[in-house]
Amino acid sequence: MSLVAGVALVALLGIVLYAIFGGADFGGGVWDLLATGPRSAAQRAAISEAIGPVWEANHVWLIFVLVTLWTCFPPAFADIATGLNTPLAIALLGIVLRGSAFAFRNYAADEPRIARPWTIVFGSASTIAPFFFGAAAGGIATGRYDWTSPFALCVGVFAVALCAQLAAVFLLLESEDPALRRDFHRRAIMATVGVWILGAAPVLLAGRSYPALFAAMHSTAALIAIVGTVALGIVVMACVALRSYLAARIAVGIEVAGVLAGWFGAQAPALVPGRLTLSSAASPDATLVAFLVAVACGAVILIPSLSYLFSVFKGPIRR
Amino acid sequence: MDHVVAARAQMGTSLAFHIIFASFGVGLPLLIFIAEGMWLRTKHRPYYELARTWAKGMAILFAVGAVSGTILSFELGLLWPTFMRYAGSLIGLPFSLEGFAFFIEAIFIGLYLYGWNRLSPLAHWLAALPIAISGAVSAGFVTLVNAWMNMPTGFRLDHGRVVDVRPLAAMFAPPWLVEVVHTTIAAYVVTGFGTAAVCAFALLRTRPEQPRILAGLRIGMLVASIAIVLQWIAGDAIARFDAEHEPTKFAAMEVVRHTQRYAPITIGGVVGKNETHYALEIPGALSFLVAFDPRAEVRGLDRVAPDDMPPVATVHFFFDVMVGCATLMLLIALAWVVFTRRRMPLPRPLLLAIGLCGPLSILALEAGWFVTEFGRQPWVARGLLRTDAAATIAPGIEVQLYVFSIVYVILAIMCAWLLRRIGTREPEAHEAASPAGEAAAYR
Repeated sequence: MSLVAGVALVALLGIVLYAIFGGADFGGGVWDLLATGPRSAAQRAAISEAIGPVWEANHVWLIFVLVTLWTCFPPAFADIATGLNTPLAIALLGIVLRGSAFAFRNYAADEPRIARPWTIVFGSASTIAPFFFGAAAGGIATGRYDWTSPFALCVGVFAVALCAQLAAVFLLLESEDPALRRDFHRRAIMATVGVWILGAAPVLLAGRSYPALFAAMHSTAALIAIVGTVALGIVVMACVALRSYLAARIAVGIEVAGVLAGWFGAQAPALVPGRLTLSSAASPDATLVAFLVAVACGAVILIPSLSYLFSVFKGPIRR
Repeated sequence: MDHVVAARAQMGTSLAFHIIFASFGVGLPLLIFIAEGMWLRTKHRPYYELARTWAKGMAILFAVGAVSGTILSFELGLLWPTFMRYAGSLIGLPFSLEGFAFFIEAIFIGLYLYGWNRLSPLAHWLAALPIAISGAVSAGFVTLVNAWMNMPTGFRLDHGRVVDVRPLAAMFAPPWLVEVVHTTIAAYVVTGFGTAAVCAFALLRTRPEQPRILAGLRIGMLVASIAIVLQWIAGDAIARFDAEHEPTKFAAMEVVRHTQRYAPITIGGVVGKNETHYALEIPGALSFLVAFDPRAEVRGLDRVAPDDMPPVATVHFFFDVMVGCATLMLLIALAWVVFTRRRMPLPRPLLLAIGLCGPLSILALEAGWFVTEFGRQPWVARGLLRTDAAATIAPGIEVQLYVFSIVYVILAIMCAWLLRRIGTREPEAHEAASPAGEAAAYR
């Protein structure tokens, strides 16, 4: 395997992990915004408790992705940040407000006049960030940074739906109360249906106006990803219906990973179709080697620490 | 507004905001580690209350610090794409390692903040240690990048292209050690004086003195006093380094207009284009400080091409602000040491002075960072890339500047309000009694 392929896989791994874990936290915010019914307060409390200990660690995957991109593919980082300046700045604003609002509303919880507006900010910002990340991703896929095209905007909506699906499935294991669990159960099924419907839109809209995108969408990788997403969605649905929530978690994680890997596979070896390829944007070998060594050393500390965090807060010994 | 000015203003605002939170992110875990360690050793309850109170402050400061740091990661691309195109492959290594340090910080912050009842007391106390270490280490890695910007190394230029990249050499650019030490100590100065100042104001306001607040003042001032003394040594080292390796910045700091022997130290004054008025000058002192010899030659601004001239008046002003604040802080720390060693009660004026050290430490931090950044202008990477050539050409930067500035103001107000509440309330009073009680707030 070449060096460039190696760092590209590291980048993809970072994006997948951010999409799954960071995405689930964004989705938690989406359900926080949409909390309804007699148990809305309990829903929000469950979301807060689930996100609280892990969201900052999950957020670091984004930093990891950015750093990987600018270290290993600096021209791509510069080109994307220029071409998609606006949607990325808005996504960034969403990230900033999401994190701050989450801390503010929790630490002002006994002062509803202050906590309530921040709760709304938390939910809205959690929706805005994945939407604009999705639109930016759609913009890259068009090869023209056309993030306001119907295709890219549909990818944005699709991204929000994926986050909501992840969060609903993840929250099933976080709620003890049977009634609360039923709430998230219903939401998980709704979100999975939503992912199917909203996922179809970008596929249909990837018309001939963007040749690179059209070709990518009709590649084998894209076909596998589309079929796989639908199939895994069915698995998620079945696991939720059968109440095997851990299996549902794993299935929804693979589903999201499949969507992203499909996107990568469909446009590879292009990084930004028509503008930059992985090898034309890659840093010199010395940098890539140093980066991979740094990642290997970092992983030695990171993996046990992360496992410890999740075993304390997300493990079966929780209750 | 010119797009370069807008980009610089936005980057400057973002860093000026983030650097405060980052400093507390480095220093507070250490203070908390000390306080909780004292609680485990002495079982003296005020230490426990102190650790819990500070932990709440850390939660808020770290959350805002993490997201404001994310802003900077994005802004490197959103505002300075050309810089990243040139420098990405060279400065990526310290940034990658910083990413892992940030990971460890975030993981153990989660364990620490939410683990009071889930971890054993010893494990919980030890969880603060990785936060303290990785906080300092990640600040160090970021500073390595700044060192590279001051003296870019680890590559060769071939027809304007960066070739022969040596990432390790780039990671350890010549100023790396003096800069990392100076910046890291600054974080402890800010956190020590910052927390001590909060406690000092609380002591001035409330009677009788609460043991928790007295303990907080002691721990804060202990860290601050050690740090401010070390900072003078580190500051001297970095100035000496600059005199030799960054002579333009050094000449701007000290307003040395002509290369000369017996160079004076210039304090204050109105720095005009060609002359400096009303300044206090100590003849020969600068030469002496640089080389322990008043006859030593100090390179002046006359060696700098007009196109490469930094904004001298600005650099000199902020340098004086930094040194002035540091002098006051050193004197106040000395006074505190004298009173504490003689076991005398702290008089109100001294408490007020300690309270003043909070803002002074932040002022010194910001001023010091302004010195290094303005002192490097017009370069973003000295000798390699000019700032105006590095800025983005994307439209709408001005709008972003305004939007993010408003966000910073709101976040600052909200942080101040929450920290004040956490600081002034009884530690257990504002904790949610039960998940149900907490849930009531989300309605």
